[in-house]
Amino acid sequence: MINARAADQAGATEALVVPKKKRRRNAGGGHFNRFKWLYLLLLPGVLYFLTFRYGPMFGAVIAFKDYVPFLGIGGSPWVGFAHFTDFFASPDFLRLLANTLILAFLNLVIAFPLTIIIALLLNELRLSIVKRTVQTLIYIPHFLSWTVVASLTYLIFALDAGPLFHLINGILGTDINFLTDPDWFRAVIMLQTIWKGTGWGTIIFLAALASVDQEQYEAAIIDGAGRWSRVWHITLPSIMPTIVVMLILKMGDVLDTGFEQIFLMTNSLNRDTADVFDTFVYFLGITQGSYSYSTAVGLFKAVVGVVLIFGANWLSRRFNQTGIF
Amino acid sequence: MAREKYRFNTPAGRVFDVFNVILLVAIGAIALVPFLYVLAGSFATEAEIATRPFFLWPNTFSLEAYKSILQSDAFVRALVTTILVTAVGTTIQLLLTAAMAYPLSKSNLPGGRVMLMLIVFTMVFGGGMIPTFLVVKELGLLDTYWALILPAAINPFSLIIIKNFFQQLPKELEESAMIDGANEMRTLWSVILPLSKPVLATFALFYAVGIWNDFMSPLLYLNDSSMWTLQMFLRQVTAATDLSMLQDDPSQQPPAEGIKFAVIIVATLPILIFYPFLQKHFAKGMLLGSVKG
Repeated sequence: MINARAADQAGATEALVVPKKKRRRNAGGGHFNRFKWLYLLLLPGVLYFLTFRYGPMFGAVIAFKDYVPFLGIGGSPWVGFAHFTDFFASPDFLRLLANTLILAFLNLVIAFPLTIIIALLLNELRLSIVKRTVQTLIYIPHFLSWTVVASLTYLIFALDAGPLFHLINGILGTDINFLTDPDWFRAVIMLQTIWKGTGWGTIIFLAALASVDQEQYEAAIIDGAGRWSRVWHITLPSIMPTIVVMLILKMGDVLDTGFEQIFLMTNSLNRDTADVFDTFVYFLGITQGSYSYSTAVGLFKAVVGVVLIFGANWLSRRFNQTGIF
Repeated sequence: MAREKYRFNTPAGRVFDVFNVILLVAIGAIALVPFLYVLAGSFATEAEIATRPFFLWPNTFSLEAYKSILQSDAFVRALVTTILVTAVGTTIQLLLTAAMAYPLSKSNLPGGRVMLMLIVFTMVFGGGMIPTFLVVKELGLLDTYWALILPAAINPFSLIIIKNFFQQLPKELEESAMIDGANEMRTLWSVILPLSKPVLATFALFYAVGIWNDFMSPLLYLNDSSMWTLQMFLRQVTAATDLSMLQDDPSQQPPAEGIKFAVIIVATLPILIFYPFLQKHFAKGMLLGSVKG
């Protein structure tokens, strides 16, 4: 009894997703009987995706409305693109865009190549015990939460107390407060990003390096190629497809600066430099309650992300014949 | 062997090898040193933390910091909460993911392909922070622990990899179970899941680390500070200078700096205990994903 009802529900949810033509054919009942257990297993997952993944997508229409919680999403009045035009006209837009793009750019030109370089260096290690030990060590920071990383940063750079505060200020002969000085915000963020992510990022490149055809190296040695030219002419071209795919994935994340990392390092003194789209959405939406405006900002970010990832993929297919979809 | 010798036996090559080892060992040390510093600091006295800028071994060994956090109700509550939410949440998330992956692994399931495309779409586009917050709010999940578990219940990436794994299991095993009269649900539970233990372990770890380390969900969804998880507590202790929440007895001055060190260590401890498994399974999971994706 219960099962039959659940199977019906599964059918109903399933019907939402299946195109009309198929629905008519499936509605006969024979299909349901045959697949009823599978649909029953599917039901919780379908409900999850409808509620927590597609629900917010439909909820994002409040970006085009003046959402009043009392009136609900349906009852709130439409305002069209007003929130978007307000946002683009406000000084916040350029400030957020610049802050976000600078961090993304630093990531792309410092953190990303560093990952590849460390993978290449690890690949050149002959003693496998050293290689394994180094790998074990550099993967650790990946598993620590951003809260822990931020706390470590606070302790290490603490004013007049942290070890790196003493070390760097000793070398520079100045007195910089790294945690609140806006000029140093990006350096600290990059340091965190590199410390936490570089080691782990090498995994994918090491896997690509392991599959490079060894015979090519032997042939190159016979031709008198040195170590550097082997890396340049054999290793790098061999892992190029992997590099391109990782770059495409990074492109989709350009505006995704990592909410937790930035939020945890933001304070009232560095706020102007620190604010990125995600943290701005939080401060405006959650702490100040402008739901519609902040949703518009978030939606803008999400749409740009989709455009970037498909754009990068298209470029890569065009010039490299490889893409991720 | 001969090839190995031939390949590296130039003087310049040897110099490079030596430098390479030194450089990489140094990089490995950098990954660990901040943590060792905090570990040493958590066992040091307040006076030592205040006077020595950097050390990896305390001069005087002290357990004061740990004593004082373990005596704090707020800390113990956060610790217990986090352990429970992680355990329950991981179980729920893994079950939901496996239950959905199994039907999707059947290529003859009507609607399966469309559903898969709709799932993949959620990997590149989402409603965003505020609409998700409003869904959680409308469902009445604010200030409940469900808000830390349900919004991230099924990771599309994990779902697809588990589905792919189910697909390449030998069909004969399922068929013989079905002939014995078991329905698909039973088959999944008693045939498929036991066969998939290594893959399920990998994704259980993914989910567990995700919940344990999660800061954004409690920040967004829990207003009541008595419900806070360890990450929220850690943030409060290290970012704020106000330690009053730790003090049940205001006359006693807690070791302010030492507490920060000790809380970081406790928040990281399970990660380090499980690290050998994490390293093995996460690397595997990541490569599985890269091959299929």
